[in-house]
Amino acid sequence: MSAHPGTARRLHRLEWSAIAGVLIREIINFSSYWRSATFGATVDPAVYLLAFGFGFGSLVSQVGGYDYVQFVGTGTVATAVLFSSAFPAMFGTFVKYRFQRTYDAILAAPVDTEELVTAEELWIAIRAGIFGCVPMLVAICFGLNARWSMLTVPVIAFVAGFGWAGFGTTVAATMKSIDNFSYVISAVITPLFLVAGTFFPLDQLPDWAQNLAQLNPLYHTVELVRHAAFGWQPAADVAHFGVLIGFALLMWRVAVWRMSRRLID
Amino acid sequence: MRTLKSRCEHSQRTGRVGHLSVRDELPALGVSLPSDRAHDRLAARSPDVLPPNTSRPSRWGPLPRHADGPVSYLQGMPADTPDLAVRLRGIVKRYGSLTAVAGLDLDVPAGTCVGLLGPNGAGKSTTMRTLTAQSIADEGEIEVLGYRLPAESKQARAECGVVPQLDNLDTTLSVEENLRVFAWLYRLRRGERRAAIERALEIANLADRRDTRVDKLSGGMRRRLLIARALVHRPRLILLDEPTVGLDPQVRQELWALINGLRSEGVSILMSTHYIEEAERLADTVTIMSQGRAIAAGPPHELVREHAGAEVLEVYGPPARLTEVERDAQGNGLRTRRTGTSITLMGENGELRHEGGIRRPANLEDVFVLLTGEEVE
Repeated sequence: MSAHPGTARRLHRLEWSAIAGVLIREIINFSSYWRSATFGATVDPAVYLLAFGFGFGSLVSQVGGYDYVQFVGTGTVATAVLFSSAFPAMFGTFVKYRFQRTYDAILAAPVDTEELVTAEELWIAIRAGIFGCVPMLVAICFGLNARWSMLTVPVIAFVAGFGWAGFGTTVAATMKSIDNFSYVISAVITPLFLVAGTFFPLDQLPDWAQNLAQLNPLYHTVELVRHAAFGWQPAADVAHFGVLIGFALLMWRVAVWRMSRRLID
Repeated sequence: MRTLKSRCEHSQRTGRVGHLSVRDELPALGVSLPSDRAHDRLAARSPDVLPPNTSRPSRWGPLPRHADGPVSYLQGMPADTPDLAVRLRGIVKRYGSLTAVAGLDLDVPAGTCVGLLGPNGAGKSTTMRTLTAQSIADEGEIEVLGYRLPAESKQARAECGVVPQLDNLDTTLSVEENLRVFAWLYRLRRGERRAAIERALEIANLADRRDTRVDKLSGGMRRRLLIARALVHRPRLILLDEPTVGLDPQVRQELWALINGLRSEGVSILMSTHYIEEAERLADTVTIMSQGRAIAAGPPHELVREHAGAEVLEVYGPPARLTEVERDAQGNGLRTRRTGTSITLMGENGELRHEGGIRRPANLEDVFVLLTGEEVE
C-alpha cells in the first residue's frame, strides 16, 4: 500500500486555491467587523493629518517647499499603512492562533503554514492598499492637487502593507504574551513612525539619524508617496521601491518561518 | 446481511483477533476484507460469495454498490482504499525532556472505528496531531490513507476530517458561513459546494439554524457543527479528538448516534477519548494508551475477558474494612481496584469469594484502571 492510486489531483506547494480559501474566510469575517476596522484605519491618520496639519501648519506654512498640510497629508499615507497592517497582523494573528485556535482548524485542512501566512498577509496588504489612500484623499479635500501618478499610491501602500503584515506576523509568532507587544510598539514602531519624514523633513536631523532612516521602510514609503503626489524622481524612486519590495519579501519569508515554528511542533 | 462491522464481530467471536492481526486471520475464517487481492479474484469467479451491501438507512442517501467490494458512501472515490486507514510504527515525540509519545504502534483498519483510550496526558492528543502533521514525530513511520507523513500530509489532509478537542469554530460567523469556509479550504468545486454545505447542515441537524451566529449556539449544537465541518468534503477517515468532552449525557448520546452512523457507512474513524463508555460503545477495537505507549489493544470485550475475566466482585464498606479486604485479596493473588466507596476484586471466577461482595460483569473500566493504574473521572 505504497503510492495512492491517483485519487484527486496532486496538491502542490503554495496553491492558489488554498490561499483563496483563507482569503474567503477573511472576507466573510470582514463583513462582521468592517465598520470598526474602516473607522480605525481612516479616522486615526485623518486626526493626525488635521492636528499636525493645522496645529503645526499655523506655525510653519511651508516645509521642504510644500504646503505643510500637503506635506503631512502625503506623509501620513505611510502611517495609515503601518496602522492598518502591522497592528492587525500582530494582534489578529496572535488572537487567531492562541485564543480562537483558528489556525489549528485551517492547518488540519489541506493548507500549509506558508499558504496560511501568505493569504493572511495578502488580505492585510489589500486592506492597507485601500486604507492607505485615505489621508491623501483628505489632503486633496484641503487643496492637494490630484495627479494621475497618485494612482500608484495603492500599489505602494499594498507592497508596504505586505511587508508590515509580515513584520506583525513575525512579532505575533515570536512573542509569548500579547503584553509583550508593547516592547515592540515602543521600541520599534514608534521611533520608526516618528523618524520617517512624515511630520518633519529628515534633513534637519544629525547624520547618523539620517543614515538610520534609510533603513526605515516607512521613510521609503513616505518618499515614494510624496513623489507620486508632487512629481517623480525616477532614479531615487526605483531605489525606494526596490527597498520596499525587498522589505516585503524578507518579512514574508521570516513570517512564514516563525509561524511554522509556532504552529507545527 | 453482513456489513464490514458485523464481519469483524463475527471474527471476534470466533477467535482472538487482535486489531493488528485481523487481516491475517480472516481468510482462515472464510471471511475476507474487501480489498484483498484474493478476495477480488474470488469475486471475479463467483460474485455471490461477496457479502451483500448493507441496506441500513443512511443519512448520506443511498449507498452506491461497488462490484469489487466495500460499500462506500464516498462516491467517485477509488474503491482501492488501503487496508489500513492509519498505520503508525514506533512513533516517538518529545518536548524537551518530556516524552509525550514513546514508541507507539497503532493501526486503524479501513472501515472500522478505533478508540484511543487513555488518561489525560497519555499522549492521545499529540498522536492525533501527528496524523495531520501539525506535530512532527521525532521517530517512527506514519501512513494515513496510504500517504506517508509528513511528506505527503497535505494530500492526506485533503481526504481526512478532523474534529478537534477544543472548539475552534469562527464564533462571529453563522453556521452556514463556517461550513462554507471549509468547503473552500477542502477545495470543493464550485458546483459541489452548495450541496456539500446542505448535506453537512443535515448531518448536524442544524438546517434551521443556518443563519445563527455560532456564539449563539448551545454547546451541543457547536459540537455537532464542529463534526459537520469535518465532513463537508466526505472524508474517508475521521479523526475525533475527545469528541464529547464536557458535554452533558444526552448530547453525548446524540453525538454517539452520529458517529455510529458514519461508521456504519464505511468511514474509518480514529477517536481518542478518556470516556470508557464512549470507547466501549463506538469502537470496534480499542487501544489503551498510557505514558505515550499502547499497553493493550483489541476489541473491547476481548480486552475485558483477557484482563478482567467475566465477572468481578465489588465489596462496599468503610475505608478501614476496604483496606483489609484489599490486603487479603492481594494475599490470595487477586487483582484489586480501589474506587471511592468500594473495592473491586478481579480473578478467576472460582476464587472470587467474599462476604457481602456483589458480583457484576467485568467491564472496560476495570481493564482500564487495572492497566493504567488511574481512576476514571
